[in-house]
Amino acid sequence: MILDYEILKFVWWLLVGVLFIGFAVTDGMDMGVGTLLPFLGKNDAERRVIINTVGPHWDGNQVWLITAGGAIFAAWPLVYGAAFSGFYFAMLLALFALFFRPVGFDYRSKIDNKAWRNAWDWGLFIGGAVPALVFGIAFGNLLQGVPFHLDELLRPYYTGSFFALLNPFALLAGLISLGMLTLHGAIWLQLRTSEPIVSRAKQWAKVTGLATIIGFALAGIWLTFFVDGFRVVSMPPTDATPNPLTKEVVIEPFAWLANYGRHPWTLFFPIIGFAGLGYAVSLSMQDRAGLGLVMSGVGITGVIMTAGSAMFPFIMPSSTNPGSSLIAWDATSSHLTLTVMFWAAVIFIPIILAYTTWTYARMWRRITVEEIESQDKLAY
Amino acid sequence: MLDSTMIELSRWQFAATAMYHFLFVPLTLGLSWMLVIMESVYVMTGREIYKDMTKFWGKLFGINFALGVTTGLTMEFQFGTNWSYYSHYVGDVFGAPLAIEGLMAFFLESTFIGLFFLGWERLTKRQHLMVTFLTAIGSNLSAMWILIANGWMQYPVGAEFSYETMRMEMQSFYEVMFNPVAQVKFVHTVAAGYVTAAMFVAGISAWYMLKGRDLAFAKRSFSVAMGFGLASILSVILLGDESGYEVGDVQKVKLAAIEAEWHTAEAPAGFTIFGLPSNEDEETHMAIKVPWALGLIATRSLDEEVVGLKDLMREHEVRIRSGMVAYEYLQRLRNGEDNAHNRGTFEDHMDDLGYGLLLKKYTDNPAEATEEQIQMAVKDSIPEVAPLFWSFRIMVAAGFWMLLLFVLGFYFNATRKIQEKRWLLRAFLLSIPVPWIAAETGWFVAEFGRQPWAIGEVLPTSVAASSLTANDLIFSLSAFIIFYTALFAIEMFLMIKFARQGPSSLHSGRYYHERQAKLVADSESDSGNGPGPAPTNAPAQQRED
Repeated sequence: MILDYEILKFVWWLLVGVLFIGFAVTDGMDMGVGTLLPFLGKNDAERRVIINTVGPHWDGNQVWLITAGGAIFAAWPLVYGAAFSGFYFAMLLALFALFFRPVGFDYRSKIDNKAWRNAWDWGLFIGGAVPALVFGIAFGNLLQGVPFHLDELLRPYYTGSFFALLNPFALLAGLISLGMLTLHGAIWLQLRTSEPIVSRAKQWAKVTGLATIIGFALAGIWLTFFVDGFRVVSMPPTDATPNPLTKEVVIEPFAWLANYGRHPWTLFFPIIGFAGLGYAVSLSMQDRAGLGLVMSGVGITGVIMTAGSAMFPFIMPSSTNPGSSLIAWDATSSHLTLTVMFWAAVIFIPIILAYTTWTYARMWRRITVEEIESQDKLAY
Repeated sequence: MLDSTMIELSRWQFAATAMYHFLFVPLTLGLSWMLVIMESVYVMTGREIYKDMTKFWGKLFGINFALGVTTGLTMEFQFGTNWSYYSHYVGDVFGAPLAIEGLMAFFLESTFIGLFFLGWERLTKRQHLMVTFLTAIGSNLSAMWILIANGWMQYPVGAEFSYETMRMEMQSFYEVMFNPVAQVKFVHTVAAGYVTAAMFVAGISAWYMLKGRDLAFAKRSFSVAMGFGLASILSVILLGDESGYEVGDVQKVKLAAIEAEWHTAEAPAGFTIFGLPSNEDEETHMAIKVPWALGLIATRSLDEEVVGLKDLMREHEVRIRSGMVAYEYLQRLRNGEDNAHNRGTFEDHMDDLGYGLLLKKYTDNPAEATEEQIQMAVKDSIPEVAPLFWSFRIMVAAGFWMLLLFVLGFYFNATRKIQEKRWLLRAFLLSIPVPWIAAETGWFVAEFGRQPWAIGEVLPTSVAASSLTANDLIFSLSAFIIFYTALFAIEMFLMIKFARQGPSSLHSGRYYHERQAKLVADSESDSGNGPGPAPTNAPAQQRED
């Protein structure tokens, strides 16, 4: 069945969002756990408890990130090329930080040596915190527009610098990302570990949750009043052959709020962002971490969709040459590729969700220090 | 024009990170199946030693797997970071198998690998075997999709250039998937992975036998490796031959370069077993030829010619000139002069657009290239011959050396004389690196032999790079070298440490090192006067089955 090109373009915007949200609520959780590892685990056994809560799952979870990357490559080739090469050092920073995870998880407990294990614990911290921060910073820069342009053969040129990415608004976005993933990780640990880690996790959930809510509110105000948005003035029809050089785009105040005005139902996203995060913190404090984990996932979804729906149809606006901006209507692949990929996603995502759920169910338990010590050679 | 130093360094970075990644991939591809075999025997017979084998080789599998995942991340990032124009130009075709690889293969492999390691106590025997099986399927499927993507780089079928979107667009997903180059490559590559794993297990098991340790464990592991290895090396060689035939059919330049065939010889062409090829002189010095052999391998006939590089370069010159016309009319079309004449002329020359783009290395506007620039582009249109000629021969020699080892090993193992053949066991131990040499040189032939193209005859490597600076690359390449060297040192340290410990690292109390420790402890408590002499005769471990 061949779907309409226009619909497919929109569906792929949604699907990339789904993959990012999948990444944030699964692998993002592991990143939160990595970030908390050196602080919540006061000794080796406690740290091993923490690591083993995500031990069987982190690798599968990471595939959400890999697949999101692959999906952008296939669905929005220009975005993939322009963003990854433009954010060159930021991407490499995230990549090198991610290196610490597979080796950290697998090698840490293979050698019984304090310095060795301690070093890998900090490696897992870097592998969790740095990508969380960098992905947030990248989002913060997308919202402000990225200094790049396309030449007549559609080659992207980035004209900013690495340090320009680290501007105050982007750093705030980075902290929100780090904060919400740490909250999510803390609630996971509250659910899957035992005392004394549970109480410490609760404390961290409270602090990071409230900080994220304040940050999210602050970013909303900042974005409204101090960050100019982008607006498409004219462009070819949405089902046309993609050509990002034939539209007119202006930068103007409040443009990022236009979608909320035009489609008020999208206000649902910031609302569930706040409500999800707030409810998650409150549930965590009432020791109802199970529902709390669901709610922090809802909150994360709300936060990501808030940014996404403010920007739609923009994916990567250009601050220096707004006409070069990449949008969901003109940065996509061909009709056939979007169709093939659509069916691949429709078939495989439910299967993936099913077997992932099975693995979580099989490994589900509260992990205790005693269990780790009794199964010394079986666990990470 | 892009900075040529930057392009050069981008190529180095890609080559270094890709070849490094492929140090870990083949072992994963093969060892995952060997684990399935060992565990199946355990589930069917209930003999604990096969569970120990699964766990121990699984431990080494894990040490290797971690770096495979780590370095695989780089591969995905790098298309975007360093080859952004490539990403734009072919993402419509190349991106799809990559994304499907994620959905169909990576998720499967990565979701179940965690349960393979940590699920022993929480899954039933059959569930655990299923988990191992799904991991193996996942890793092999991922090889299939990435080789479909790579096969398309070698031989871009099922796609067409669109001047409106300024990129290659997919016309037939079926053709991309069933690309003959991809299919042959897939079987050749995974079989090479199986050989790697078999050599790895055989070499380490041989070492235990030489040391007289854990014999029951070592002999069983060795037997699995022999059966698996012999079958695999035969398929590698047969499919490698198939691959050679396929290359001869569709990648004539690569074939001629591998064989250092400068002139089109009369059919059937001879095979050069030794020679010193020089791109400078367009000649192979001191060539020693075996008559007829190349013609038979490449064309499977006695009367078809293998076209020489000089003739191919003459063809390329014609196509470069035609590509200049394509480029000129592409510019007109892109500037909005979209009329029947311009479109018609462009379409007549469109297939040579890639050849026109070869001139981009020397001029911003290929349509106005000078005669001198055209001649330089013609020179560029074939790869450097000597490295290809030699890596190919190293790969083939490594392949036949392993065939010899597996035949002998299989025979003496079947006749139960393997333990007496200490020279053969030593040869297995010392040959552990050989499959890696074959795999790396094989990939070098495949990828370096594709030059100057990123996508065969469609997109030159020099055009595919990102618009970065040489300094960006110096920084990132140095960072990769430092990180990767450190990671490799750590990986080798762990691999050697656990290989030395052998199955004793499972802490079941049943194997050599732990038994030795126990004997020492017993003799201490018996005599009560400090550590006695360590027992020299190995305990009767053969009895543990």
